[in-house]
Amino acid sequence: MNNLSLLINAPIFNIQLLLDGLWIGAIFALAAFGMALVWGVMNIINVAQGEFVILGGFITLLAMQFGLPPLAGIPIAAVVLFILGWGLYRLVIWRIVDADMFISLLATFGISIMLQQLMNEIFGSDVRTAESNLGISYLFDNMVTVPHIKALAFVLAFVIGFGLWLFLKRSRMGQAIRATAQNARAARILGIDTDRVYAATYAINAALCGAAGALVVMAYSIHPYMGLPYTIRSFMIVILAGLGNLVGVIASGLGLGVAEQFAGFLLGTEFQLAFVFLLLVVVLVWRQWRLAQRRQYLK
Amino acid sequence: MKTFRKGLMVAVAAGALFAAAGAASAECTITLGAAVSLTGKYSTNGTHTKNGYDLAVKVINEKGGVKVGNQTCKFAVKYYDDESTPARGAELAERLIKQDGIKFMLGPYSSGLTKAIAPVTEKYKVPMVEANGASRSLFTKGYKYLFAVLSTSEQYLQSAVALTAENADKLGKKPNQITVALAMENDPFSQDIRAGVIEDAKKYGMKVVIDDKLPKELNDMTTTLTKVKALKPDMLVVSGHAKGAATAVRQIAEMKVDVPVVAMTHCDSAKIIKKFGKAAEYTLCASQWAPTLKYSDKIFGSAMDFAKLFKKTYNYDPPYQAAESAAALLVYKDAFERAGSLDPQKVRDALAKTDLMTFYGPVKFDETGKNIAKPMVLYQVLNGKYVVVAPSKWAEAKAVIPRPKWSERK
Repeated sequence: MNNLSLLINAPIFNIQLLLDGLWIGAIFALAAFGMALVWGVMNIINVAQGEFVILGGFITLLAMQFGLPPLAGIPIAAVVLFILGWGLYRLVIWRIVDADMFISLLATFGISIMLQQLMNEIFGSDVRTAESNLGISYLFDNMVTVPHIKALAFVLAFVIGFGLWLFLKRSRMGQAIRATAQNARAARILGIDTDRVYAATYAINAALCGAAGALVVMAYSIHPYMGLPYTIRSFMIVILAGLGNLVGVIASGLGLGVAEQFAGFLLGTEFQLAFVFLLLVVVLVWRQWRLAQRRQYLK
Repeated sequence: MKTFRKGLMVAVAAGALFAAAGAASAECTITLGAAVSLTGKYSTNGTHTKNGYDLAVKVINEKGGVKVGNQTCKFAVKYYDDESTPARGAELAERLIKQDGIKFMLGPYSSGLTKAIAPVTEKYKVPMVEANGASRSLFTKGYKYLFAVLSTSEQYLQSAVALTAENADKLGKKPNQITVALAMENDPFSQDIRAGVIEDAKKYGMKVVIDDKLPKELNDMTTTLTKVKALKPDMLVVSGHAKGAATAVRQIAEMKVDVPVVAMTHCDSAKIIKKFGKAAEYTLCASQWAPTLKYSDKIFGSAMDFAKLFKKTYNYDPPYQAAESAAALLVYKDAFERAGSLDPQKVRDALAKTDLMTFYGPVKFDETGKNIAKPMVLYQVLNGKYVVVAPSKWAEAKAVIPRPKWSERK
């Protein structure tokens, strides 16, 4: 409890922890948008989520080698991953859309291993970082650090989330995606090319992860085997938020990030993830209880 | 037709003769077996390991080979790629020994892989000289056929603790007033280092105020560093392989964390100087070996000679992983020559009695098989270069303690 009294005596550190939590949470949310979409529309849990993120980071590094500014990596990674996502759909994912959840877990797990090994082969197993050159602000006499790239990630998570929401609400493809999510068979009868919808959904997911990866390599670091935490966080965020609930994804992403930082500070970093999982269990139990009270059931 | 048959028979006979002659000279090739990570997450260091082995084999063979009794033998190595997975490593060790008839093994890269392979070599009573498994737990199992040329993990950062204690007055404190923060990855290797640091800190009466265990996929240490900012320890010790070193150097600079002493492992594999430039300055780094040390032997010459030869051959500076791997071959050569035999049991006994000076440092095994003669060295990053600052016998310069505050740096 020493750590707790530290936070009470020096409240300034709360601000640092809060900010760090929000930033990392924003990146988690960015990776989770796509998972929510793919899960909701195609009933597939994409285990390769984290590898898409890391690949986005490597694409950014590659773009920088061609002399492009680091920030250009965000759209470039998104576009490259979009194409890759589309390709993977045509190659693998279409075969498992209507299959058992277990099959899709296996298939996407396979994709994740493939991507890991390919990245290791092509880019090497070194830890890599990129400098965004955006600078850092120091507040309160150097006590609080605000790297601008992390702040940018935070803003982008909201902008992209809003853009995605707009796309789903307004565009033809967005409407088709929502229709397919509600009832694929009915959508097909009404003339929606659901195969195309699925491909677009999976590709958009990959693109979002790619953008998140570009931010990860600038704000933190990557190497080919670092994808798993992003997959796990996305999974948890989607479970908390519910499928296709974009506002929920942002909220639980940020909440998760903040909870992790404070848990890490108070309990020690070894309990960071354990605490978050505990939180997940508590939330699920509480939600079940609430539903039982209202005589509803968990969707 | 008849002449053709006759000709054929002559050819066959001659072939058989050649084969026999071939076998006679092949008899004196000592083939060592090794499962090394050439793909997977250890592929970078696995390649350093293999390059070290290969260079040593080449140089030893060129300089007259190995004199076993009155024969002169050459070294050869049979490699398999263990794909950085322990299960595969154990499988391949089994295959090397049972199918390929390998009687002497070289170690793989990393403690995890060594841990997987050691029970196999032990089972078949095949000696293994390893150069890249530093975990203390390898030497508590009573293995008889395992020999390690490197310093074990608990020694990695002990010299950093001693150095801080020596410089306590510069911090305006007595050694027993010094506070220590630990940020160690939650894996066996880093936890061994942690145990070593805690043991030594206790010896000086230092107080551990932060003891964080970092997750395996760490790329963010901001919580730990926030705590460091709050508690202001005198010394921060970080160990988390290359990702830990990279993350720590970057975020300590980013958050302007002022700690008088920062020590870590894996600085060179994280390439902190090249990647982070000024941010890496004054960092203390543990290393098994440095080219500037004044060790030497008859095969490679001095440590610097080895470094130059390595650079010429592979076009990059040798990391210590390559140097220690090359040293393993020197140890084998010495043992074969003293044993005067290719019998694994006799070679094992000779290995156990090793007392050898190499360019990598002195090698002498205790009864558990670890090298007790060679100390770890400690670098400090000064003006964009690694400079040896401890132990004092090898120091090229005095360590800068305390590190200048970030506000006082240019």
